[in-house]
Amino acid sequence: MSTYTYPKFAYRAPSDLMAGAPQRKPLVVIGAGPVGLAAAIDARLQGLDVLLFDEEDSVSFGSRAVCYAKRSLEILDRLGVGDVVVDKGVSWNVGRTFMQEEEVYRFDLVPDAGHKRPGMINLQQYHLEEALVRRATELGADLRWKHRVVNVQPLDDGARLTVETPDGSFDIEADWLVVADGARSNVRRQLGLDIEGHVFKDRFLIADVIMKADFPAERWFWFDPPFHRNQSVLLHKQSDNVWRIDFQLGWDADPEEEKKPERIIPRVKAMLGDDREFTLEWASIYTFQCRRMKNFRHGRLLFVGDAAHQVSPFGARGANSGFQDTDDLLWKLALVIKGQAPEALLDSYDADRTYAADENIRNSTRSTDFITPKSAVSKLFRNAALQLARTQPFARKLVNSGRLSVPAFLVQSALNTPDGEAFAGNMVPGAPMDDAPVRVAGQDAWLLDQLGNRFALMVFVADGQGLDPALRTSLQALAQAPVPVRLLTVGPGADMEDAQGLLAKRYDARPGTAYLIRPDQHVAARWRRVDLAAVQAALARATAQSSSQPLPHPTEAVAA
Amino acid sequence: MPLQLQPNLAEPGQRYFRDFTPGDDFYEALIETHRDLSDEQSQLLNAKLILLLANHIGDISVLREALALARQGV
Repeated sequence: MSTYTYPKFAYRAPSDLMAGAPQRKPLVVIGAGPVGLAAAIDARLQGLDVLLFDEEDSVSFGSRAVCYAKRSLEILDRLGVGDVVVDKGVSWNVGRTFMQEEEVYRFDLVPDAGHKRPGMINLQQYHLEEALVRRATELGADLRWKHRVVNVQPLDDGARLTVETPDGSFDIEADWLVVADGARSNVRRQLGLDIEGHVFKDRFLIADVIMKADFPAERWFWFDPPFHRNQSVLLHKQSDNVWRIDFQLGWDADPEEEKKPERIIPRVKAMLGDDREFTLEWASIYTFQCRRMKNFRHGRLLFVGDAAHQVSPFGARGANSGFQDTDDLLWKLALVIKGQAPEALLDSYDADRTYAADENIRNSTRSTDFITPKSAVSKLFRNAALQLARTQPFARKLVNSGRLSVPAFLVQSALNTPDGEAFAGNMVPGAPMDDAPVRVAGQDAWLLDQLGNRFALMVFVADGQGLDPALRTSLQALAQAPVPVRLLTVGPGADMEDAQGLLAKRYDARPGTAYLIRPDQHVAARWRRVDLAAVQAALARATAQSSSQPLPHPTEAVAA
Repeated sequence: MPLQLQPNLAEPGQRYFRDFTPGDDFYEALIETHRDLSDEQSQLLNAKLILLLANHIGDISVLREALALARQGV
C-alpha cells in the first residue's frame, strides 16, 4: 500500500507475567481491534488496571470498517481521541441514492445545526486503531502484542487463560474478561457458545483506489447503474485521497477471479467513465452474515463487538455498535469491580446490548433485503418504490440503501426510572443524549463534552436565580457519595449557559427540570422538580441496587 | 381528501425515534407476506391486496388519482 506504512508495535517477552504463574489480574481484554482498544482506554479512564492481549503486532490490514458514526465520535471524544480521528477523517452528512442514472433520494444525517460532530466520518480503520493504541498506551493500559490466547477456562470468580508467545506459553487468571476477538472469535468458538442468525448469499468487492477527484464528501449509492448493470455500487471518500468503491457481484461470482487487478480495474474505469488516473490501493471480496450470541455476558466473561454480534455492512452498524457496547459496559464493570454496585448491573449490559444488537440486525437485514431482493416479487416492489421515489415523497422514505448507524434508545432498560411527568421530545429515559452548544466559563463548548465517565445531575435554573441554597448543598453532597453524582446547573450564570436555547429545546426543559445522566451519556431519569430522595432512588435503580422495587411501567410501546 | 403522497405510515401505540422505521416495518411485512410463493401466487396476492385496500379507502376519486399515478412511467 502506498498511502500508509503499518506500524510495528514492540513485542515484550512475558517474563514478568510468567513469574509465579498463574498470576491474577483484575481485568483482561482479548483483542486490540477498535472495540478492544476502546475497552482498555475506558477501563483506564475508570481507574482500572487493564491488560490486553493481541496475537498480532500491528493494526488491521486494509481500510475495513471506514465509516464512524456521530455517536462513535462522541464516545471517542469521551475517550480522548475524537479530535485526532475527526481531523484525519473525512466528515460527511449527505447521502445520495441513484436508480440507474437518476437521483431518487437524498438524506442528511444531521439536518439540525448545533452538534459538535458530523453524522459520519470516513477513515481507514488502521488510522483509527493507531490513534487508539497511542491513547491506550498514554493512559497506561498494558498492551501485549504477539500474545495469542489459545485457551480460556471460565471460573466461578473469573477466568484462566493460556497465552502463547514467541517465548513460550503461560497461564494467567483474570477476575473479569472482556472478549473482543472479532467475528471469528476464538474464545466464543473454543467455549462452544451459540451465535445464531443467517448468512446472505451474495458477494461484494471492495476496491480502494487512490485518485485525485473533486467528488463531494458524500455517500453515493447506485441501484442498477449503467456501469454495473443489475447490481449495486457504493462510493465513499476516505482520507489520503483514497476512495472506497463497493461493487455487488452476486453469489455466483468467483472470489479468486474477482480479486485480480485485471478484473477490478475495468470495473473502476467503467464507473469513473473517463481517463482519470487511479491506483488500486487495496481490494477485498466479502460475504456477510447477520447474527448474534444469545447472551453477551457469560459469568465473568463479557463479549463485545463483532465477537458478540455481526451485521451486514449496509448502515455501518458493525464497529459503531461495538463502541456502544464498551460505552455501556465499562462504567458498569468499574462500579462492580470497585464493589459499588452488585454484579447484577452487568446483566443490564447483556439485556440492553442484545436489545441494541437486535435493532442493528433488523435494520441492516432490511437494507440488505432491499438492496439485494431475494425473489422476483421483492425486486418488483423494490423497483416500484425506486420509480415512485423520483416524484413521490412517501416513496423516498421506503428507499433503503442502508439505515446508517444511530444508537439505540434503551427505552426497555431496567436501569431507567420511568417518567412521572409529561415531557415532549425524544430525551426519554434510556435515550442516548442529544448534543447541544453551550457556554462554560464564558467559552463556547458542547454539552456532551461536559458529561461522561461519572453520573451527573443536570438541573435547569431560572433567569437571575440559582438553586435554593439548602437544595444546592444537599445535591452537591451527592458528589461525595460512594457512587458520585456531579451537579451541573444550566442557566444564566450557572455551570453551563444555554447560549442558543437549543439545550432547553432538545430536552424540553424549563426552570426546575432535572436530568440524571449516566456515565455513558444516556438519560437515566428526569423530573420537573428535583428532589434529593428521587435522585437517590433513580441512582440506586441505575446501578441495579434496587431493581426489585416496583415502578410504574410506560404503557406506550416503542420501536426505534 | 386528495391522495396522500407524504409519508403516512405508523402503527397505533408505537413511538418512533427514527423517521424511516414505520416505512421499513411495513415494507418488511409486505415482503414477508410473499415468502415462499411462486410468481403467479404473488401476483394473485397483490391483486387481492389492492382490492382490499381499495375498499378500505372507499373514495373512488382518490383511487382514480392513485390509478393514474401508478400508470405513469409504466
